[in-house]
Amino acid sequence: MTRTGKSRTGLFAYAVFYLAFLYVPVLFLPLFSFNDSAFIAFPLTGFTTKWYSQMLADSAMLHALGNSLEVGALAALISTVLGLLAAKALTRYRVPGGAALLGFTSLPLFIPDIVLGISLLLLLSGLGLPLSLLTVIAGHCLICVPFAITVLMSRLDGFDKSLEEASLDLGETGWMTFWRVTFPLALPGIVSSLLLTFIVSFDEFLIAYFLAGSEATLPIYIWGQLRFPYKLPAVLALGALILIASAVLVVIAEWIRSHGLKDRKHTMVGA
Amino acid sequence: MAAVGARSEGWTARLVHLYRRSEGARGIVLLSPTMLIMLAALAAPMALLALYSFWTQEGYGLNTTPTLAQYAISLGRPTYRELFYRSIEISSVVTLITVLLAYPMAYFVAFRVGKSKFIWLILLTIPFWTSYLLRVFAWKLILGYNGVINSGLMDLGLIRQPLEFLLYNPTAVVVTLAHAWAAFAILPIYVSLEKIDRSLLEAAADLGDGPVRRFFRITLPLSLPGVIGAAVLIFVPTTGDYVTPTLVGGSGGVMIANVIEVQFDKVGNWPLGAALAMASMAAVGVVTLLFVAAMRAAGRSIR
Amino acid sequence: MTDEPFIHIDHVSKRFGGTAAVDDADLSVGRGEFFSLLGPSGCGKTTLLRMIAGFEFPTEGEIYIEGARITDTPPHLRPSNMVFQSYAIFPHLNVFDNIAYGLRKARLKRSELKRRVEEALAMIKLAGFGSRRGDELSGGQRQRVALARALVRRPKVLLLDEPLGALDKRLREAMQIELRQLQKSVGITFVFVTHDQEEALSMSDRIAVMSGGRILQVASPRELYEAPNCREVADFIGEINFFDGVVKGREGDAAVVDAGPIGTLRVATQAAAGTKLLLAVRPEKIALSAEGGIVAGTVAAAAYLGERSHYNIAVAGRREPVSVAAQNTEKSVTRGHAQGDKVYLNWAADAVVVLPCD
Repeated sequence: MTRTGKSRTGLFAYAVFYLAFLYVPVLFLPLFSFNDSAFIAFPLTGFTTKWYSQMLADSAMLHALGNSLEVGALAALISTVLGLLAAKALTRYRVPGGAALLGFTSLPLFIPDIVLGISLLLLLSGLGLPLSLLTVIAGHCLICVPFAITVLMSRLDGFDKSLEEASLDLGETGWMTFWRVTFPLALPGIVSSLLLTFIVSFDEFLIAYFLAGSEATLPIYIWGQLRFPYKLPAVLALGALILIASAVLVVIAEWIRSHGLKDRKHTMVGA
Repeated sequence: MAAVGARSEGWTARLVHLYRRSEGARGIVLLSPTMLIMLAALAAPMALLALYSFWTQEGYGLNTTPTLAQYAISLGRPTYRELFYRSIEISSVVTLITVLLAYPMAYFVAFRVGKSKFIWLILLTIPFWTSYLLRVFAWKLILGYNGVINSGLMDLGLIRQPLEFLLYNPTAVVVTLAHAWAAFAILPIYVSLEKIDRSLLEAAADLGDGPVRRFFRITLPLSLPGVIGAAVLIFVPTTGDYVTPTLVGGSGGVMIANVIEVQFDKVGNWPLGAALAMASMAAVGVVTLLFVAAMRAAGRSIR
Repeated sequence: MTDEPFIHIDHVSKRFGGTAAVDDADLSVGRGEFFSLLGPSGCGKTTLLRMIAGFEFPTEGEIYIEGARITDTPPHLRPSNMVFQSYAIFPHLNVFDNIAYGLRKARLKRSELKRRVEEALAMIKLAGFGSRRGDELSGGQRQRVALARALVRRPKVLLLDEPLGALDKRLREAMQIELRQLQKSVGITFVFVTHDQEEALSMSDRIAVMSGGRILQVASPRELYEAPNCREVADFIGEINFFDGVVKGREGDAAVVDAGPIGTLRVATQAAAGTKLLLAVRPEKIALSAEGGIVAGTVAAAAYLGERSHYNIAVAGRREPVSVAAQNTEKSVTRGHAQGDKVYLNWAADAVVVLPCD
């Protein structure tokens, strides 16, 4: 098939601009976080790292960071375990109504955060449970499980069923088969799922906002800072670090997930 | 003949027997922890939301006699109705822009990129995973009165006064949402384009279609499921978005999520909030179904 | 075969919903036999094999190995081992660890384990391949690793699920010979599933021909070929010509049969006058002659296949041509019978097989 040279470069230029359009607005955060000015505006006045030191000295911020790490780690662990069970069940066995069940687990992706937040709030208050980091973890698991299932299913999908049967045939029990065959082969997917669900939970704001008690997660902390203009540069510094950390984690997660899949075309959420 | 493992009586033994014999049973057992938890965490709260929408707030207590009063308010009060329209309008525009802009990008990666597909996909994926809050906040900084655009243009000498129309209006909301959700649109479209069997395009060429015709007759229709998926994936959550209208919408860009949040935060009228939420979900659901049906019909009519 | 069958499949059925994948299968395999399950895809042979292995459980019936009832036993406790169609080589382990996989439970000393694995590697002629991984091996090599992995556990029964299907023709034929020799030297009972009848015929001691979930005939290759017990078996194995006939009378031990366009035949059967018969003759049992014979015909098509020639002979009154295969035993660069030639068909009386007419 012939493709004209014009259309090739045209589309390529479009792609480059599109990518730039995706990144540039976000790159202003790191840019101004090094700017020696309390105002987020041009012209740039000078390079400084004082906003970073200011941010790192903020004990409230560090406390919220600790909370977010805790919540993120637990939400990642729980949702990955749940996601693994579900992904295994759906790829390995002919479960009656499997497609419908899979759709049901993806539902949280299609319901606005605010609806999820308020309805969970209703449930918790109805049950008389106090709001705390635990309730935030629960809420985050709800939205993380669909991600976990998708990531794990894409990894387990091509899994040769006869590998497990061979293990059973060679004398291992179901449990040992899981440890010696299923788990090692699913491990890249598991690690990837842990990293990605951690990021989702770490960055999540609205549901945490509704379900947190007195303890704040990092996004809640940031939200609180946004109304104080003099605090903005420090927030930018924090934001820049978060963005870079998320980007690094995503790259690692994706690299691990596709490692060993060879020419498997990886699908992502929303597919 | 020795009878090893003779079947014992009792229903536990029979259950174990059934478990071993049925693949479906094994699958269900494996699936059940996740399903039960999802059921509790999703179905129960939503059911409760529905219940609340039929109740009434009286002082500090709840009147649980079922009534449609909250729905009457949600759909009757002009301010609320206006917000429903505006939210759907904003989301529709955002969806349209995002999908239209994303399609060529997805096409590029699916058809024009060879070895470096992984790199392109990673670059496109990263924004998807970064903090939504920070991305919206970045736009607040960009569009602000003393923000990046204004100060930059003034610094360059292109304008003397800061532009006021950039922030705190529906347009700001649209721009911000379109940017924040752009990454969501690319991946579903990319996946459906990637799946297209290249030999179909070769066959079309063989039968006399040039590149443009091939695109409209083969590629576009076959990628339609991905496009519809992307559209729904963006439209539904953006109607209920809270962060963006709050940070960049101002009083002109208020959306339905803002009034819902107020019911739960300051006002304490949970039934009304629930009714507003239910009504908005219903409205969004109806619009989405109509949209999907229309798109499918359009797709089918392509020859 | 000993008195006690080594593997006994006792009226086993497997139903999925309404359909029966295996319908009342009943057969016995002797110790040390190379036994094949042969049939077209969907006939139930793989399901039956998987029931012996323990990956499916019978809806009805029992399975015994060496007298012990194993119908419900989970696969990891059965004395059988399986070579899977996809080979199922563990991708995260190298060849050595793959073969050693099933020996973990035996808790052998490290040196003993090494010895046994290397012995297995030598047996499959892949000595020195221990550190290679699955994706570095060719299809044939992976197949042998799967074989070694199963045999190193010294099972009582080896089950093979179409193991040669993915190999190209030449390799497949070489592997057929190797497998047969291996089985003889190791002495383990093999149950082999295949849809390739030539493969089954060349390797097996006995074959069970299956179709639609049922076992049609269990016999040695020679018996199946020369004395099929029904039309389906006759048709499935090799090529065959069918003639319809009616018994007109009897002449001593033989019946006089009116075979329509073929003429009158004397057939060895006890059937009484008036019985409808289905007769069959293999193409290689028919000889062509220019002079005379049982029935006359015209060569409708002739194909020269090197070692043999294949002819379709049109016989007046018969819709289907008669298939004839003749070995080219004489060297000749000029053509044999050509299209349009008038020929006569000849065959020995005992070459005719009588099949039940349904």
